[in-house]
Amino acid sequence: MEALEQIKARLETAVPSAKIEILANDCALGERSLLVDGASGFAVAQFLRDDAQLKLDYCSNVTGVDWPDKELAEKIKVKQVVDGMEKEVEEVKKTLRHGYLEVVYHLYSMSLKHGPVVLRMRTENRADQTHLPSLTPVWRGAEFQEREIYDLYGVIFDSHPDLRRILMWDEFEGFPMRRDYVEPDDFEYEPTPHDEVLDAAKKHYPVEVKPEVKPEVKA
Amino acid sequence: MNTSAAMPPKSFEVKPKLDEGGASIGELLEISMGPHHPSTHGVFRMDVVLDGEKVVKLKPVCGYLHRNHEKIGENISYLASMPYTDRLDYFCSMTNNWAYALTIEKLAGLAVPERAEYIRVIMAELTRLQNHTSLIGFFVHDMGALGTPLMYAFREREKILDLFEEVSGARMMCNYMRFGGVRVDVNDEWLARTKQLVSNYGRFLDEFETFLNENEILLARTQGVSPLTKEQAINASLTGPLLRAAGVNYDVRKVDKYGIYSRFDFKVPLGEHGDLYDRYMMRVLEMRESIKILNQALRDIPGGPVMDPKAKLRGFRPKPGEVYGRIESPKGELGFYIISDGGPNPYRYRVRPPSFINITILEDMCLGHRVADVIVILGSVDIVLGEVDR
Repeated sequence: MEALEQIKARLETAVPSAKIEILANDCALGERSLLVDGASGFAVAQFLRDDAQLKLDYCSNVTGVDWPDKELAEKIKVKQVVDGMEKEVEEVKKTLRHGYLEVVYHLYSMSLKHGPVVLRMRTENRADQTHLPSLTPVWRGAEFQEREIYDLYGVIFDSHPDLRRILMWDEFEGFPMRRDYVEPDDFEYEPTPHDEVLDAAKKHYPVEVKPEVKPEVKA
Repeated sequence: MNTSAAMPPKSFEVKPKLDEGGASIGELLEISMGPHHPSTHGVFRMDVVLDGEKVVKLKPVCGYLHRNHEKIGENISYLASMPYTDRLDYFCSMTNNWAYALTIEKLAGLAVPERAEYIRVIMAELTRLQNHTSLIGFFVHDMGALGTPLMYAFREREKILDLFEEVSGARMMCNYMRFGGVRVDVNDEWLARTKQLVSNYGRFLDEFETFLNENEILLARTQGVSPLTKEQAINASLTGPLLRAAGVNYDVRKVDKYGIYSRFDFKVPLGEHGDLYDRYMMRVLEMRESIKILNQALRDIPGGPVMDPKAKLRGFRPKPGEVYGRIESPKGELGFYIISDGGPNPYRYRVRPPSFINITILEDMCLGHRVADVIVILGSVDIVLGEVDR
């Protein structure tokens, strides 16, 4: 299979509006991936499937990943004048990486037996702009997996034929696979609470803590 | 008092069938098949709309066994996920273990000793044998051959599970493989017993095939039912015997040559029509090929250690990076996608479950067929709900 740089160059001529980036992978045996903006994701996917040299006709795996807001600390060396002398001082530069949701497609070719090409798309943020184009019209096999990502992460796939929850029930609220998901507090009455159950019970109803009764030891 | 909110939904509903002008020309029956029915192979439900006996709409409903396996995997260490993978497809815990171990070995760059590679192949092919054997048992059971063929299949399966139990301590939840090898070595007596089993298995298959291959009922129920084209199968990401029944030559053992599969001489059987009979025959022929692989592996297995000495069990922290590893499990392509951030737990742990993805086009397979065929079509897909729902 041709190199990822070559695929990127050909994609840029075929889909001129696409913003494509190659993401490095620190793992030696892992694959690097193509990051595509959401607006041109569908056109890119169609190109990858229909191109005669690539023929990525098989979408093996679709994964959702949650990247919440994160403070990135980076050490940089800054030249500063200290006591009249110019010195290099290490400074920690803090930047805030805004959170986003990411969808990763692993594409193979069944007819040419090569792959994988890893395609990624990112949403604008994690709150209100979580739309991405659905690639189900290109690869039918993504249908249930995209539904699963909608269900567990809350990515809304535009033009998906049947976007409903699939693993959780329809009335469920929230997206359990997000990193900041908090389980609902569904504590049930416990007649004899102890240990951590006791702590939980105290929040819900008054609990009478009896003094511990030690058995008498006869001499 | 309004009690309708608390009432469970009715399991069937009659709807008017309308022609193009909107006039009623009969009735459609909407039924809910499952979730608690033996023919759905677990807790699986299909919302079916019937016109007479013909299926006009079918929506699979899953999630009854959902325990968010992936979330659990993100919150425990790499090694601690290994026993959880047994519970994905609880028929084939050995191949689940292998897929996970293979992915982590790729992530951490661990080598696997020769002997362990051979043991893995033996375990995976034994798993394939017992999975396909019991699948055929269930398949004919779904067609109405109640009991006997399934018991024949389970008799043979139990012999393989005995071998698993002897080496790993558990029949089904084996938890046998580790990153960089396998947990315990097998002894010569075990190998001799496995050889014995493999040499007898062909005879069992002969017997099984005599009963089934040209059985009139099986032919009538399966031939020409629910055919799939190559294009449909590829586009829907079908994998495993289902894909090859449609005539697509794609077997991860041949394509990726993971482990030591490049050393063995075996063929990939292919179907022509993609109908139920081809899917059934795929399993039979694959078992014959598995026996071939097993014979070669049992003949060539070398001595030596079964664990990579560099592999760490405690305090295992692979470097940051991401990796996708896949193997050919009996049900199709089983993949794991791991993102590591350098910590003791994976940042993202994803399972690519073959039976979940194989039911994506269950509706297309069933449309236009009778309701009795739906059960058999579902049986031919070979789903395990532990894996569908995770």
